[in-house]
Amino acid sequence: MSANLSALFYLISGILFILALRGLSSPETSRQGNYFGIAGMAIAIIVTFLSVGNFGIGLIYVLIFLIIGGSIGAFIAFRIPMTAMPELVAGFHSLVGLAAVFVAISAFLKPEAFNLGIAGNIKIASLIEMSLGAAIGAITFSGSIIAFLKLRGIMSGSPITFKGQHVINLLLGLAIFLLIGYLCVSQSSNIFWTLVLISFLVGVLLIIPIGGADMPVVISMLNSYSGWAAAGIGFTLENTALIITGALVGSSGAILSYIMCKGMNRSFFNVILGGWGATEQSSNLRSKEQKPVKSGNSDDAAFLMKNASSVIIVPGYGMAVAQAQHALREMVDALKKNGVKVSYAIHPVAGRMPGHMNVLLAEANVPYDEVFELEEINNDFANCDVAYVIGANDVTNPVAKSDPQSPIYGMPVLDVEKSKSVLFVKRSLSPGYAGIDNDLFYRDNTLMLFADAKKMTEDIIKSL
Amino acid sequence: MEIDPFIFRLSIFILSIFIGYYVVWSVTPSLHTPLMSVTNAISSVIIVGAIIAALAGSSKMVFETSNIFGFLAIILAAVNIFGGFLVTQRMLQMYKKKKK
Repeated sequence: MSANLSALFYLISGILFILALRGLSSPETSRQGNYFGIAGMAIAIIVTFLSVGNFGIGLIYVLIFLIIGGSIGAFIAFRIPMTAMPELVAGFHSLVGLAAVFVAISAFLKPEAFNLGIAGNIKIASLIEMSLGAAIGAITFSGSIIAFLKLRGIMSGSPITFKGQHVINLLLGLAIFLLIGYLCVSQSSNIFWTLVLISFLVGVLLIIPIGGADMPVVISMLNSYSGWAAAGIGFTLENTALIITGALVGSSGAILSYIMCKGMNRSFFNVILGGWGATEQSSNLRSKEQKPVKSGNSDDAAFLMKNASSVIIVPGYGMAVAQAQHALREMVDALKKNGVKVSYAIHPVAGRMPGHMNVLLAEANVPYDEVFELEEINNDFANCDVAYVIGANDVTNPVAKSDPQSPIYGMPVLDVEKSKSVLFVKRSLSPGYAGIDNDLFYRDNTLMLFADAKKMTEDIIKSL
Repeated sequence: MEIDPFIFRLSIFILSIFIGYYVVWSVTPSLHTPLMSVTNAISSVIIVGAIIAALAGSSKMVFETSNIFGFLAIILAAVNIFGGFLVTQRMLQMYKKKKK
């Protein structure tokens, strides 16, 4: 296949990828969008086979490896529980990153195959592109591995900080650029390997100081990196499909990180530099005096909700941990039978990744038109009888609106306290991730339900 | 004077960033998780590079070092392509409207 014709086909697959993302603007068009994406990928792969034109024994190996990888991927996709989606996405990011590194290494070892010159005398522009691709890919890989371990609970979610951390990161970042410069002059493979190794190290160091609840930002950021890595490789290979995709994914991840940061009213650098939970803990010491708390049981909760005319459910990460989404939907069904109007309120940073709660509710067969974003529903709390907070904490804390001293001051929160009564399911009075006491616990209209989220919800169903 | 082809690619890249910017802002927040998994799947189009790397060279030497890296990259990207699209599909199937 001629280079011009294949370039046109790559452009088509790039356009199909754009349409795949466009489809996600509403759930109705989203499935069709996904098919566009699959078609784009199929075109890109077939065109590559045709344009390489090498149908020897190598092709059979390629197909075998494709099938091996594909089967593993399909197996994971069907078996993974929806609650494990954040770590799955982090794991997938690491694979894209590593694949980018491998392609870059391969291009460095055998530039002839990619029309980049010959080994030891690679075109300077290509060298810069491939080393940037390799460096970003390596950072994406090791960073995503750390994010995966933290989300999976294999590694503690608490931030790991040490003295001089930021200085070390800065120096390593500078070293990457110096090495790329030196690589262009020397073409030495040792420099290239050093570059890859340092980038792996940077990825680890970049993610370890970031705590568990900041994971939505981290995942989005790594999403963005995997896109830039792909774009870097796309420039090396002079491949339009890769360049377009890299740009799309890169900007998508960047926008998601921005939305997540805004949801916490923090700057991107504040999150990336890490250590929020660790540094701000002093602030909860001053409010340690015992305050009266009203607590109740499942019968009280059932009574309140059954006699309400409208109920708003506020889910958070705790619901995911307790796997309470199915029980929650059953409870809502029972309430609806009693004529209660029920809706769900989702805070942008609820859960461990963007849209985490929406997927879990969808899994439990909650219709998506009952689920609302913060801006859409926040005014409704004032007219609602009961707010049922299940597994959320900091995102409901009224202190964010009233106390300028508080570390979460200015963060958009759900106005849960405005509803007539608040049912707060929580295992204990311990503060949330931000390490601050939730003022909501001590309000007159709050009834604390001390139990596991799933257990409590099931008990309420029995009492209804 | 002729324009370097790099400039064309750079133009495509920058315009695509703009397209990405507007397209992603129009994604409804409830689909942000599928957005991440599908972007993950499509960024695995890097498999194009992996295939070229794997098939480079003579047919006698199928497993030179550079080919091996290509084959490894194929496996990784394939996991992502199939895993990413299928898990996205599985998620999107779950988004249903209220029964009338």
